[in-house]
Amino acid sequence: MISELLLMNGYGLYVWSAFSFTLISFLVLFLITKIQYTKEKNKFISKFGSLNSERAAFAKSQSINREILSNTSII
Amino acid sequence: MFKYFEPSKIFSITSKAPKYVLFLFIIILSIGLTEALILSPEDYKQGHSVRIMYVHVPAAWISLGVFSTIAFLSIVGYIFKIRNFFLISKSLAPSGLVFNIIALVTGAIWGKPTWGTWWAWDARITSMLILALFYFMYLVAWRIYENDEKAFKATTIITILGIINVPIIKYSVDWWNTLHQPASINILSKSSIHVSMLYPLLMMTAAFALFSLLIFLMKYNTELIKIKNKGLDRL
Repeated sequence: MISELLLMNGYGLYVWSAFSFTLISFLVLFLITKIQYTKEKNKFISKFGSLNSERAAFAKSQSINREILSNTSII
Repeated sequence: MFKYFEPSKIFSITSKAPKYVLFLFIIILSIGLTEALILSPEDYKQGHSVRIMYVHVPAAWISLGVFSTIAFLSIVGYIFKIRNFFLISKSLAPSGLVFNIIALVTGAIWGKPTWGTWWAWDARITSMLILALFYFMYLVAWRIYENDEKAFKATTIITILGIINVPIIKYSVDWWNTLHQPASINILSKSSIHVSMLYPLLMMTAAFALFSLLIFLMKYNTELIKIKNKGLDRL
């Protein structure tokens, strides 16, 4: 059963390489996007941390900034 | 109506949505893969190689759909000066390009056992390659232009030129003699594909669409935070 699934009457190499390429592409794109998100978010947190209390209060008055600070992780 | 598309209004949704979309994507993909690799029948002519269709066709559909959406949003965004439409378009492009590459590579892998060659300068394959070039030019344009207005103009021109290629891809199998067969799935008339193959194909399409949505949401959130980072610099 398993060897039949792997070999697929001689087409296994083609079928499995097509599916593997697709899933690896998904994984790579997902990881790249997640790394970019984490990098930008960390940059935002570090910049926000360096603001004085008056500017930080002003920045926090914007709902989107509060959302960014409150969401610790995208996934 | 456009005020509902303001980033500040939708960020609370887009920032929470990815985890739910990822969860749904994993479930649908698992069902789709089981159907495509195990439960669906082999083709009487192509044998098991027909299973490549379950990644090749959805990838091609999504890449075409994403480019058409990008073109529509860019043109409307440029006419009505809606910056958020450009942000949405920019966030959609990476998944569109990856799906286009998947369609080309899996098509080449499918071509070898079916046609006896990895590549042919067939009308459908060549027009898909041209679409990949338009995706590439679109993403490069965003990197080249620092000035937003110039980037909006350049990317809109690229999408207008690129969208001409979309109907060429769709009808290339009818207009020219190509290695590709005519469409097996028609929305307006009866499809020639059997339901046992149609079901896994639709499941895989749904999974790919969810993955595209997931990447879009993550990328869109990244772009919004980038804008907010610039805002903090100005404080």
